Amino acid sequence: MSPVARGAVAGFCGLLFGVGLVLSGMASPQKVLAFLTIGPGWDPTLMVVMASALAVSLPGFWWVRRRGRPFLATQLAEPPSQRIDVPLVAGAALFGLGWGLVGYCPGPAVVAAGFGQQSALLLVGVMLLSATALQWLRR
Amino acid sequence: MLEAAAGGALIGLAAVALYATLGRIAGISGIAYGAVSGQEGSWRWPFLAGLIGAGWLLAALGRPLAPAPEFSGTNGFAVLLIGAVLVGVGTRLGNGCTSGHGVCGLSRLSVRSLVSVIVFMALGIVSATFIRGALL
Repeated sequence: MSPVARGAVAGFCGLLFGVGLVLSGMASPQKVLAFLTIGPGWDPTLMVVMASALAVSLPGFWWVRRRGRPFLATQLAEPPSQRIDVPLVAGAALFGLGWGLVGYCPGPAVVAAGFGQQSALLLVGVMLLSATALQWLRR
Repeated sequence: MLEAAAGGALIGLAAVALYATLGRIAGISGIAYGAVSGQEGSWRWPFLAGLIGAGWLLAALGRPLAPAPEFSGTNGFAVLLIGAVLVGVGTRLGNGCTSGHGVCGLSRLSVRSLVSVIVFMALGIVSATFIRGALL
């Protein structure tokens, strides 16, 4: 498959994902924080979004895995490890802490940054720098 | 709520679509880090472009992105920076985020992803409920 065609397919998937993110309200940190903040004004939307996403992706992934290979590539990506180790748990903990502070996870941050929102641009920049610094330190 | 469910279903569909066509995982942190570190950009950058394009498309269709929250003052700026570092380091270290582990990992019935989701959800709630308010 040509890189251009691959890019077009990937681009369309990204577009679909982005539309889903924005329509569902998950591109708005205020809405995410309204779920993560327990108390008056708690908003269950994130749970509904997750449930709806999984309602589609659980059977979808099952179907693809049963097929054994993708339609336009040679193999299905596999996770790098199956182990539950310290980096996994520590990473999730750090991510959760950060997510609860700003209401952004990578997807919404990229959408907002691409839309030109300054705080998101800064966030994405620092996010990428931090991740790169970690990789460098781990070498 | 209808838009939430419809949006969620689209997210799920997009994840399935990427997996079914190119065999790739729609984990935004992984896609972004892979792109900037120069790995197989032929699908990563277009995916990210599509993601960003969605924001503009919806704006053109009369549904613009909500204004960003205020991160005003020194405290606000500090929270933004600290949050950004935590998200960057955490998703890199834990190899995924809400889309990667939450949508895709759970859909692959990965116990690893389930653990990740439980941990980041719990810490996200603790952080938002108790820590954020104290800092801002």
